[in-house]
Amino acid sequence: METKKSEVRLMKGNEALAEAAIRAGLDAYFGYPITPQSEILEYFTEQIPKRRGVVLQAESEVASINMVYGAAGAGARVMTSSSSPGMSLMQEGISYIAAAELPCLLVNVVRGGPGLGTIQPSQGDYFQATKGGGHGDYRLIVLAPSSVQEMCDFVFDAFKLAEKYRNPAMILSDGALGQMMEKVEFPEEGSLPHIVPDWATTGKKGRERNFITSLHMEPEKMEEINLHLQKKYKTIEENEVRYETLDVEDAEIVLVAFGLPARICQKAVELAREKGIKAGLVRPITLFPFPKKILSDLSKKIDHFLVIELNAGQMVEDVMLAANGNCPVHFKGRMGGMIIQPEDVLEEIEKIIQQPILQE
Amino acid sequence: MYITDEIIIAGFGGQGVLSMGKILAYAAIYENRETSWMPSYGPEMRGGTANCITIISEKKISSPIVSKFDSAIILNQPSLEKFEDHVKQHGFLFYEASTIIKPPAREDIMVYKIAAIEEANKMGKKQISNMIMLGAFLEIKPLVKMESVLAALKKVLPERHHHLLPVNEQALIRGKELIEVNYHVSV
Repeated sequence: METKKSEVRLMKGNEALAEAAIRAGLDAYFGYPITPQSEILEYFTEQIPKRRGVVLQAESEVASINMVYGAAGAGARVMTSSSSPGMSLMQEGISYIAAAELPCLLVNVVRGGPGLGTIQPSQGDYFQATKGGGHGDYRLIVLAPSSVQEMCDFVFDAFKLAEKYRNPAMILSDGALGQMMEKVEFPEEGSLPHIVPDWATTGKKGRERNFITSLHMEPEKMEEINLHLQKKYKTIEENEVRYETLDVEDAEIVLVAFGLPARICQKAVELAREKGIKAGLVRPITLFPFPKKILSDLSKKIDHFLVIELNAGQMVEDVMLAANGNCPVHFKGRMGGMIIQPEDVLEEIEKIIQQPILQE
Repeated sequence: MYITDEIIIAGFGGQGVLSMGKILAYAAIYENRETSWMPSYGPEMRGGTANCITIISEKKISSPIVSKFDSAIILNQPSLEKFEDHVKQHGFLFYEASTIIKPPAREDIMVYKIAAIEEANKMGKKQISNMIMLGAFLEIKPLVKMESVLAALKKVLPERHHHLLPVNEQALIRGKELIEVNYHVSV
């Protein structure tokens, strides 16, 4: 589907995401305010009554996610958004939605944790987003934007993927991306048509009854459903991996970072190249499915991976699995709402390449 | 003239620090330039220190977060202490005269002292001191055209305050005049 771009605007990431959702034909939003993503609910509250759709501030995050469950079951294009502590509250509902194979968009504008934490940016929810989060063997499709433009574009991509695979999709953003302003160009409203699917509970009207549930008491049936889900996740892993590379062709050290830190690493690569250091960058765009192959291929050619995250080291585990011992995988992170600076990354690169490589 | 300018604007919440950055960012958009505006946000916003990083560039901006700045516009003492060392060598630092008791000590940067609050009071509206600072800054670093700044001002100022557009415009011009006369401190 070609989506036509219209006028250029300067907007906060959160507002751009909300505007994009309306243009993507959002039928309903259910959510509960929490910093640093409250602009999403505020934007919808102001705009949706004037345009189209339903916006509802629920009594809690638990209520919000179950409203999403219901609306998605009825075939609506539906979403919710929250930030870390609120997302934790939603996990039970997300597991139900994944089990019932319903498409929807979940947005986590991550803040520093654990606990109530801080309202400043973080990537501490990578495990929660990519490894299930709630109970049982399920996966979300997870997209990680790194600019305000992608906060817009990935709404369209997330709805497309969610509906294609009947699976919840998540945009994993962070507080800084939500609050910062950049240029953004929006696709035309109505450029993402939505047909109510035939499995939706739209009222019987002369057809067989549609039944949506995540409860299956017979173990044989439950295993069959699990096998079906795993097969679907495998298909997603085969077809939907997205990533971006910068200067990896001749690189000796390759940075791996997602979201905003990938932009910081881009600057660090520029600084390193100015100093004659052959640095490159891989930016995973889909966190599930994770770009294993490019990392595995690179691990056979390069001297080092350096993973940069705003957490204690979460994606680094997936990079290690992909590298499979072919090259050392280093890690540098900041936590609790602190942001790493390009100069800090450069310093880390210099430290690593100055170390003698130990031969076995 | 500048390929990229990385600007920190810092002061107390309520001084219009975030708006100054927003005006620069909108003006850059109107001139088809690349720009990013990154606020420090949170409970510190009202009364405490507030700052934003605005980047204007001819090329796509990699990191919207940087720790070394080409320009600093500083509106209070704690912010000067925090950011003085973060101005790049041969960079520019503009500070408000009355809120800063201990002036910057760097000798490898250009320093400009602007009596923006005093001037705003003389003009009968103390809220426009930020526009005087911005005018002074733009006189020395004309990153964007005045017409773009005025269009941006109209965008950033809420519509209910649009009757204040002329006084804000006067403040920008006053800032430009001020810096011509005076205050060129070092280097």
